[in-house]
Amino acid sequence: MGALAMPESEKRLIRWHLYIAYIAIAVGIFFGLLQALSRAKLLPPMPWYDYYQGLTFHGVLNALVWTTFNIVALLTVAVRASLGRPLYSLALGWTGFGLMTVGVAAAGYAILTRQANVLYTFYPPLMAHPAFYLGATLLIVGSWVSGANLILTYVAWRRENPGQRTPLMAFGSIVVFVLWYIATLGVAIEVLFLLLPWSLGLVKQTNPMLARTLFWYFGHPLVYFWLLPAYVVWYTMVPRLAGGKLYSDPMARLAFLMLLIFSTPIGVHHQYTDPAIGQEWKLLHAFGTFLVTIPSLLTAFNLMASLEYAGRQRGGRGWIDWIFRLPWDEPAFAGATLSMIAFVFGGISGIVNASYNVNLVVHNTSWVPGHLHLTVGTAVTLTFMAMATWLVPYLTGRALWSRKVALANMYLWFIGVLIFAVGMMRGGLEGEPRRTNLGFSPYLLPEWMPFLIMAAVGGALMFIAGVLFLLNMAMTLWFSRQPARVEVPMAEALHTAADAPIAFERWRVWLAVAAVLIVISYTPVLTQVLQTSPFSAYGFLPSNPAPIR
Amino acid sequence: MVKDPFERTAIFGAGLLMTAFFVAIVIGAFGLGIRVPTCVTDIPPFDQPAVVEVAPGQYVVNVVAQMWLFNPREIRIPAGSTVTFNLTSKDVQHGFKILNTNVNMMAVPGVVNRAQARFDQPGEYLIVCHEYCGLGHHAMSAKVIVEPRTAEGPSLPTPRAMASALACWAR
Repeated sequence: MGALAMPESEKRLIRWHLYIAYIAIAVGIFFGLLQALSRAKLLPPMPWYDYYQGLTFHGVLNALVWTTFNIVALLTVAVRASLGRPLYSLALGWTGFGLMTVGVAAAGYAILTRQANVLYTFYPPLMAHPAFYLGATLLIVGSWVSGANLILTYVAWRRENPGQRTPLMAFGSIVVFVLWYIATLGVAIEVLFLLLPWSLGLVKQTNPMLARTLFWYFGHPLVYFWLLPAYVVWYTMVPRLAGGKLYSDPMARLAFLMLLIFSTPIGVHHQYTDPAIGQEWKLLHAFGTFLVTIPSLLTAFNLMASLEYAGRQRGGRGWIDWIFRLPWDEPAFAGATLSMIAFVFGGISGIVNASYNVNLVVHNTSWVPGHLHLTVGTAVTLTFMAMATWLVPYLTGRALWSRKVALANMYLWFIGVLIFAVGMMRGGLEGEPRRTNLGFSPYLLPEWMPFLIMAAVGGALMFIAGVLFLLNMAMTLWFSRQPARVEVPMAEALHTAADAPIAFERWRVWLAVAAVLIVISYTPVLTQVLQTSPFSAYGFLPSNPAPIR
Repeated sequence: MVKDPFERTAIFGAGLLMTAFFVAIVIGAFGLGIRVPTCVTDIPPFDQPAVVEVAPGQYVVNVVAQMWLFNPREIRIPAGSTVTFNLTSKDVQHGFKILNTNVNMMAVPGVVNRAQARFDQPGEYLIVCHEYCGLGHHAMSAKVIVEPRTAEGPSLPTPRAMASALACWAR
């Protein structure tokens, strides 16, 4: 595969994705810091600062832009390297990038001019400028084009290598994009048929309940679209970075396929407290959510076994010793492994959210963003940061500017998020609402203050870690002169793909199973929503209680 | 298919764990009666005053959420009452969480949500809006005031008509 090293033309495409991702997170974490401070009463009122505008930026830029551009970049490298084959089309890659970037610019314009203070879930009937919805659409359509490029690359590889097992790295990457096509169907219908015509004034009234349900059909697999690229990294790169092997390749494939079929038909677990949907269907989606937990528990087992194998290869003995033999001073390994540890807590808190009636205690409290920052905010984000420490040198041929800064970045973010998440989650158990500028709230309870301050301290540490990351990447991209020879880390497996059932390669079967499960779980839900919810809601600007008629 | 005994243990262990968790929430729902909100779109007392005693110790409260207040802002009931909350929104989506209870629901315009709680401890229970609803979101709250039971029985608040607030949703 060394002979098929990535040409400069493809590397340039990937670098541009990273530029946009880094600009996005720079702005995103700045507003994140302000929010944490403002909630804890540590920020005076400032005329230029609007909490909910910042919150919209924070959600859109970090959760949608930083993630999507990183995912396209990292998975393009992964597919290409593991298949040892050029991309299907460079032009398609640039088309996808162009559409996504124009989309970000359009949505960014609407948010910047305060015409889209609707947060990244944009629930109607709060109404944003049409450029916001158009921008979101272009971001998604662009990611479809980039995903198609990877799928076409894979299809070409299959034709050239009949009967061969797909390398796990490509297998996981393809699952990510197949899942993305299934998921974005919901939000595409919501935006194109409900929100865009409504914000343009073509129709005056919309159906908020239907929009919510379509959004969450998309919203749950969306979190797996963020998480699965981290799984690809953890399964196929981390064991190599640790100096060992993946424990079980077939089990990893089983996990990916279970995630593919179970992560969409369960979106109603975000709507346990909604009207218009019956308890029986909420409970069915709770059951589905517990099913989708199983592949994550399998992942925990498989990854821990892989790390233990690596630790023992490095001379570790006994129950504990192997942990200390792992290369904790390597930024790529340390960052990715700290992400996994954060995800242990993220996953457990997710089971709490998924647990039907237990969710009543935490729903829409600050517990939920606490959970989100452990999962997408760390398991995913810190993994991307860790991978950037080899990916950027791989793309530029220049060595990482500073390993020490990279290590400080990884450990500081991890410590920061643990403090932040405990503050947010404890506060949530005390009833702190999420998405609320509590520092300026007349009903702020004194018992919330210690937790708000904890979250501010943790958030500030995460912000500093983020600044270290951006500094390191900027210096590596533009100032590092030391040449580097870097390869994509690709792990071998202890139990190899040869043991995996051949059915794992039959994509049509898995797509059919996914479709059947979605039809079973969503037909009754959509029927109830359509029967009970009228298309009667006029739009509202976030600043004005009078409807737009 | 799975040859490795550790892998097998992991797969069955994961399945067993999640089965146990699911059984626990089902027991919570049907045994202990801790239910999530359900849909009620045609509730006869919805055109009734805000706080209605439907039976001794049984109250129904019809709440309308709007930018950026709850109507009614104060719900007074005697200790030991069981209260059913019917909730809808007059404008955008809102949230409704009563602290230190299991009442937690979304207010969505056009539809009615419903939840129930029993208030045994006298005191004030803060209600917060926990869904972003615009500029004044962080100022949106209300209260349940649970009064100690007196010998003469509970004193009821002045009822407030809500028909006007709901007229916009009449189909």
